[in-house]
Amino acid sequence: MTNNDFLLELKDVNQVYAAGARPFTAIKNFSLTLKEGEFSALLGPSGCGKSTLLRIITGLQPPTSGEVLYRNQPLIGVNPHATIVFQTFALFPWLTVQENVELALEARGLPPRLRASRTLEILDRVGLDGFENAYPRELSGGMRQKVGFARAIAVEPELLCLDEPFSNLDVLSAETLRGELLELWTSGKLPTKAILMVTHNIEEAVFMADRIVVMEKDPGRLIMDFNVDLSHPRHRKDLDFEEVVDKVYALLAGQTQPEHEELGTAPGEPGPTRRLPKIPISDLPGLMEHLEKATDHRHDIYALADDIKVGSDQLLSLIEAAELLGFATVAKGDIHLTPLGETFAEASIIGRKEIFAARLRRLPLFKWLTTILRASEKNQQKWEVVQAALELEFHPEEAQHQLEIVVDWGRYAELLSYDDKSRVIFLEFGGA
Amino acid sequence: MVLLGVGGLIYMGVRLAMGAPEVVSGPEVNLSPKVLPYYLCLSLGRMAAAYVLSVIFSLVYGYMAARYQTAEKILLPLLDVLQSVPILSFLPVVLLGLSAVLPQKLAVELSAIVLIFTSQAWNFTFAWYQSLTTIPNDLKEASSIFRLNFWLRFKRLELPFAAISLIWNSMMSWAGGWFFLMAAEIFTAGNKDFRLQGLGSYLQSAANEGDLQAIALGLATLVGTIVVLDQLVWRPLLAWGQRFKLGMVEEEIPPTSWFYSAIRSSHLISRIRRRVFNPLSRLLDSRLIKYQGSKESQLPPAGKRSYRYLFYGLGFLGLSIILYEAYQAMQLLLNVSLTDWGRILVGVLATLLRVLLALLIALAWTIPLGVAIGTNRRLATWLQPVVQVAASVPATALFPVVLLVVLKLPSGLNLAAVLLMLMGTQWYLLFNVIAGASAIPQDLKYTASLLQLSRWRRWRALILPALFPYVITGAITASGGAWNASIVAEYVQFGGQTLFTVGVGSLIAQATANGNYPLLLASTLGMILAVTTINRLVWRRLYRLAEEKFHMD
Repeated sequence: MTNNDFLLELKDVNQVYAAGARPFTAIKNFSLTLKEGEFSALLGPSGCGKSTLLRIITGLQPPTSGEVLYRNQPLIGVNPHATIVFQTFALFPWLTVQENVELALEARGLPPRLRASRTLEILDRVGLDGFENAYPRELSGGMRQKVGFARAIAVEPELLCLDEPFSNLDVLSAETLRGELLELWTSGKLPTKAILMVTHNIEEAVFMADRIVVMEKDPGRLIMDFNVDLSHPRHRKDLDFEEVVDKVYALLAGQTQPEHEELGTAPGEPGPTRRLPKIPISDLPGLMEHLEKATDHRHDIYALADDIKVGSDQLLSLIEAAELLGFATVAKGDIHLTPLGETFAEASIIGRKEIFAARLRRLPLFKWLTTILRASEKNQQKWEVVQAALELEFHPEEAQHQLEIVVDWGRYAELLSYDDKSRVIFLEFGGA
Repeated sequence: MVLLGVGGLIYMGVRLAMGAPEVVSGPEVNLSPKVLPYYLCLSLGRMAAAYVLSVIFSLVYGYMAARYQTAEKILLPLLDVLQSVPILSFLPVVLLGLSAVLPQKLAVELSAIVLIFTSQAWNFTFAWYQSLTTIPNDLKEASSIFRLNFWLRFKRLELPFAAISLIWNSMMSWAGGWFFLMAAEIFTAGNKDFRLQGLGSYLQSAANEGDLQAIALGLATLVGTIVVLDQLVWRPLLAWGQRFKLGMVEEEIPPTSWFYSAIRSSHLISRIRRRVFNPLSRLLDSRLIKYQGSKESQLPPAGKRSYRYLFYGLGFLGLSIILYEAYQAMQLLLNVSLTDWGRILVGVLATLLRVLLALLIALAWTIPLGVAIGTNRRLATWLQPVVQVAASVPATALFPVVLLVVLKLPSGLNLAAVLLMLMGTQWYLLFNVIAGASAIPQDLKYTASLLQLSRWRRWRALILPALFPYVITGAITASGGAWNASIVAEYVQFGGQTLFTVGVGSLIAQATANGNYPLLLASTLGMILAVTTINRLVWRRLYRLAEEKFHMD
C-alpha cells in the first residue's frame, strides 16, 4: 500500500454509545476512501450518523473502533489539514467578519500584517468586500455562511468538510451559495484538494457532488457509493439529472415489505422493533389527499417532493409513516395509495380518526404500550416507568423520542391521553 | 460531607481565635468632613482589593470545575453550600482568628477584605462556571477545528461568552459588597473593638454622637460614590458588553450610557488605545500564541498519570485534614452545655421568625408597587431611578441612623433588627417583581381585558402566576440577606450601651465578646445548618416548582 493517492481512509469504523441497557450502535462497519480532486457527498436521512462520521473524519471525536488514516498516517487528535463549514455557521458573534476569519489565521501563528492582507483577499474572493467590519448579526443567513466558507478556506485546508452548510438558509440564498461554491471549486480557485459534504437533501447532493455515498440509519451504515457523471453546470430539469435523483429516492424510500416484516416486533420480543418516524401527524392527511388526486393514485416520489415543497428528509419520514399504517406502498421510487389510504383520504375528520386508530392498534409498539397500561392500576402509568421499560430496547434518548411519537399518535387517534402536570399516560375511556 | 468540611474550616478559625487578645482597641474615628475623602478611599480600596481577589479566584475555580470532571464533583457541591451560608456568620471567627496571628490592624483590614471576598466570589464563580459549560457546541467545535490554543480560546471564546453575565454579577457583587463592608467596618463585640477607619465607621460614630450634619455628609458621600460608580463604570461596561450578546437579532432597547458614548467618540481615548493597549495586547498575544506546526504537542501519557496521582494525593491529604479538624470540632462542641444548645435552638427560631416577618412585610409592599411600575411605563420612567438610588444605599450603612431613631421606642432593638433585615432585603424583591411584571406578554394582558376578568380574577389568573418565579428568585436572595443582617442587628453597642435581643445572631456576637469559643463554634454551625436546611427543604422545592410550572415560554 505505497504511493496511493488516498487523502483519507476509513477502515471498518464503528461508533457505539453505551447508554441505557444495551449499547447503541450509531455507525456500523463503515469504510470509505477519499481521493484528491473529489467532491463527495455523504447522503442519508437524519439520525443516520453522518454528522458523527464527519466529526470522526476531522478528528473531533475518535471512533469506538476502526482506523482513520490521513495520507496513510493514523489520525490522532484534530486533523490539522481539515476544516469544517458548520450548519449553524459557528461564527463568533462578538467578532467582526474580518476578525472571525483572522482568528483562524491567528491560531496558526501568522503575523498580524500577513493575516490582514490574506483575510481581505479571501473576503474579496467570496464576495464579502465592504462587509469586513460588519458583525455577523448584521448579515443575512447566506452572508453569514459566506463568512463560514471564507474562514474555512483561509487556512487552506486539504480537506474541506461541509456539514449541511445550506440547510439553515432560505431557498434563494442556498441556491446562490451553491452556485458560487461550485464555481470556485470547478474553476480551481479553492486551495483545497477535496470536498466532503454531508447532506440529507438528495437534490443538493446530485446537483453538486461528483460522487455520492448513501447511508441508511438503524444502524448508520453505507448502502451505496456511486459516481455522478454529469458535467457542470447541472440543470435540475435535465432528464439525466432527474434519473439520478430518482435512483437515490428509490434507494432511500426502499420497497414496502410484507406487513409482518414491515411492522417488526414489540419491545422485548425477539426481532427488531420498528422505530416510528418523527412526523407532524397532522400532515399525513394532506399527503394522502394529494396522492388521491394523482392519476392512478400513483406518484413519483421525487416529483412529489417538488410538488408539495417539503424537504426530502421530511417527505421520506411521511412516506414511512404511510407505509407503516398501510395507507401506501412504495416500489421503485414510486408511491402508490392503497384502497385503505384512499378511504382515509376521502373520509370525514371523525372517520379519519377511526381508520387511523384501527391501524394504530396493529403497530407492535402501540400494542405493547396498551398492554402495559391495561396491566396497570386505573389503566394509567407514569411516563418515566414506560420510558424505562422502553430503554431495554432503545438507548435512552431514542426511547424518549419513540415514546413521544407513540403517545402523540395515540392522542391523535384519541386512544390515549397524557397529563403533562403529573406526567401520566392513560388509556382513553373505551379506547384500545 | 461538604458540611463536615465547612465545620472543620470554621473550627480551624475558632482554634486560631483562642489565641486572640482579650481586649482589642479600635481606631479613632474622626468626624471632621476633611477626613471623608480619605475614609472613602480606604473603603473603596478594600472593595477593589476584594473584587480583584474574587475575580482571580473565580476564574481559576470555575475553570477547574468546568474542565476536570473529578474536580467538578468536589468543587460544585462545596460552592453550593458556601453560596447558601450566611457570610456574616463567618465574620467573628475570621476576625478573631486573624487577630490572633497577625498584627491587629492588618488582621482587621484583611478580615474585611476576606468578608467582602466571600460575599462576591461564589456567585461570580457560579456565573463563570455556568458560562463555561453552556458555550454552544458549534463554537467549541469551531475552536477545536481552527485549533485555538488555551490563550486564544480564553480571550476569544470563553471570556466574551461569559462577559455579560460577568458584568452583571460584578454589579451585583459590588452592591452586596457595600453591605458587608459597612458591617465589617463597624463590628464591635464587648471590649473587642474591630472597627476600621472608613465610611461605615464614620456613619456609625456620627449616629452614635447624634451629629446630624456628619450623618448627612457621610450618607451623601456614600450615595454619591455609588451613583458615580454606576454612571462611570457599570453603565458603560454594560453598554460595551452588548457586543457579546449571543443572539443574532438586535435588541429593541439596548442598554445605553452617555459616558460610554462620550469615550467612544473621544480622540484622546482612541489615541491611548492605539498607543498603549493595542501594542500591549499584541505583545501578550505574541508571547502566548506560539506557532503551531503540524507537530501536535501531546502530553506523554506517563506525565499525565503522575499528574493524576498528584491530584489524588492532594485530595486525600485535604480529606484527612478535614476529617481531623471535624473530629477536633466535635471535641470542642462537647464542651457546649445543654442549656447553651437550648439557647441556640431558641435563637435560631427567634431569628427565623424575624426573617419571615421581614420577608412578609417586604412582599406586602413590593408586589403592588412592583406591578404598578412594571406595567405602567409612565410611572416607571420617574420611579425607577428613585428606586435605584434608594436601593443602592447599603442597609448596614443606615443601621446606626435607624438605631438613633428606633431605640427610643418600646422593644426598640427588636424592631430595629426587623427593620434592618427589611432594608437589606426588600430591594431584591422589588426588582424581581418589576422584572416579572414587565415580562408578562402583551397578548395575555389583552386576553385578560377581552375576557373582562375582574381585578381579583386577573390577579389570580395572570399576574400572580406570572410573578411567581420572579418572587421566588427574589425571596431566596432576600432571605439570605436577612439572615446575614441578624449578626449586626441583634447585638449592638450604641451610645455607650450594649443592647441585645434573643436570636442566633446575637448569640454569635455575645460569644465573640465573651471569648466563649465553644459557643461561638456551636452557634455559627447552628446558623449555617439552619439556613442550608431551609434552603434545601423550602426554597429549592419552590424554585423547582417555579421553573417547571410557572415558566413563561
